[in-house]
Amino acid sequence: MRRFGWIVFTAGLICLPAVAGEFYINLASQILVAAIFAASLNLLVGYGGLPSLGHAITAPVALLATTLIACAFGWISLRATGLGFLMITLALSQVLWGTAYRWVSVTDGDNGLRGLTRPAPFGIGLEGATSFYYFALAISIAAIGLMAMFVASPFGAALRGTRDQPRRMSALGHDVWFLRWITFVYAGFWGAVSGLLFVYYNKYIHPASFSITASAEGLLAVIAGGAGTLAGPVVGATIVMLLKNYVSAYVVRWNMLLGFVFVFIVIFMPEGVVPGLRRLAIKLRKALARSP
Amino acid sequence: MHYWIIQTLNSLALGGLLFLLAAGFSLIFGLMRIANLTHGSMYMLGAYVGVSVLKVVPNLWLAALIGGAVIAFFGGIVERLLLRPLSGNALGQVLVTLGISFIVADLCLMVWGGDPIPVPTPTSLQQPIRVGGVVFPTYRLVVLAIAIGTAIALYLLMERTRLGAMIRAGVDDMQMARAVGIPVSRLFTTVFCLGAALAAAGGIIGGPIMSAYPGLDADMLPLALIVVMLGGVGSLLGAFVGSFIIGAVYTFGTALLPDLAYVILFLPMIFVIAFRPRGLFGRASV
Repeated sequence: MRRFGWIVFTAGLICLPAVAGEFYINLASQILVAAIFAASLNLLVGYGGLPSLGHAITAPVALLATTLIACAFGWISLRATGLGFLMITLALSQVLWGTAYRWVSVTDGDNGLRGLTRPAPFGIGLEGATSFYYFALAISIAAIGLMAMFVASPFGAALRGTRDQPRRMSALGHDVWFLRWITFVYAGFWGAVSGLLFVYYNKYIHPASFSITASAEGLLAVIAGGAGTLAGPVVGATIVMLLKNYVSAYVVRWNMLLGFVFVFIVIFMPEGVVPGLRRLAIKLRKALARSP
Repeated sequence: MHYWIIQTLNSLALGGLLFLLAAGFSLIFGLMRIANLTHGSMYMLGAYVGVSVLKVVPNLWLAALIGGAVIAFFGGIVERLLLRPLSGNALGQVLVTLGISFIVADLCLMVWGGDPIPVPTPTSLQQPIRVGGVVFPTYRLVVLAIAIGTAIALYLLMERTRLGAMIRAGVDDMQMARAVGIPVSRLFTTVFCLGAALAAAGGIIGGPIMSAYPGLDADMLPLALIVVMLGGVGSLLGAFVGSFIIGAVYTFGTALLPDLAYVILFLPMIFVIAFRPRGLFGRASV
């Protein structure tokens, strides 16, 4: 049933360019990129119980470099868990943001790096909106699929175990730290994939991509959609991107809106949209089963 | 030679400001287990409120008092209305403080505009002090003195008063503190207000050095985080020592290697976390 839902959803996405205009195709591409980012962050927050505020640091750098950075940062941050982890990731991301901002000779500071081009895999150009959309879609399907396998694997089960009962997992002989570290690196890898797509989409990169706001948007997508669910980050990223693209056309103060949405969601919808809807569906089904 | 003396003094003044910020942050974190991400916003809000107060009452110290009181009130509201309903939900609390920090940052941009607002140095302190041919900027020495005075006052508060004893009990073992009848809930509000007031006062007092500008919160918060991680959570001494270390590292890093100042900044943190995850003066249990 659930797999059927995913198939229908994917089929709908594949058909999208046939019915939608270029603006919507571009918007959909952006949502896909944000969805990969949120899904990778969800590995940490939802399945690992490790709330990270520094995930955007993984996004804008090239793949290998970020994966290495994720290795190192994971090693530092995982000295602590919970709030300590959050604070360290926040500090690290700020430090990297500051470095990107100030290290003008490499990053050109506030000007950002321009003139970046999209690649052309197998000679297929990605300059058009539709072709880039399919490129992003293919990578998204691969990314979400692989992350789903990661979570469903015995490793994923062990990871959830470390989230809920780290001491017992340790007593059972699992290396809790190592499990978390691998997850940090793996999530960093997919965060980097999303970052690369982001750069290809914009053909431009600015230190702002490292900022707390970028990490916070991702975190908001995970929390809004529902941490620890596979569909949650996808739904959440869609919500955040739509908010960003539509509401910010009418409201100039995107940061303030982001803040209010944060406070609202945490207080009124702490478990997120997807688990909330699922609970509603179960209730509905029970009610239907009761009434003949 | 003169250059180095000035840089040292700058680093000490920055360390003092960081202490005003980090002391409250550390106490809030130690007692309430809340990573209060609004703390940088309190600092910035304090600076801006101080700027507005200065337009009416041209006295920096009065502005610091008024600003501190206003932000303490604001902090109390945040703690009571938003953080209290989420007690026990650490991630939720952090996210709410993050949301508030976005709101405050945007609100400040809306009210005070995007240009940096300079804060004038009090006229009586504008004259530099000359000792043996070397010129010292007086204001920075005063900032340092204020920070040390605050540190002593906080130390006396924590070690010599009933309130301090209750706070220490709460930091060490919250459940036991509740069990023996310490009003931990009221203590939370008190400490939160105190931390907010200290941060806000720091914002104004730091005004003549740093001025008030958008992004001040995001500049100061990570410094406070690094200080607290370096010194150890919930430790006043740790915040004090950490502040001056980070103040020195930041000032000299910016002066000598401006491109890489931020990288150098986190070296002491890596070093300490690698060998002593709880920080220099932190307790193992926290």
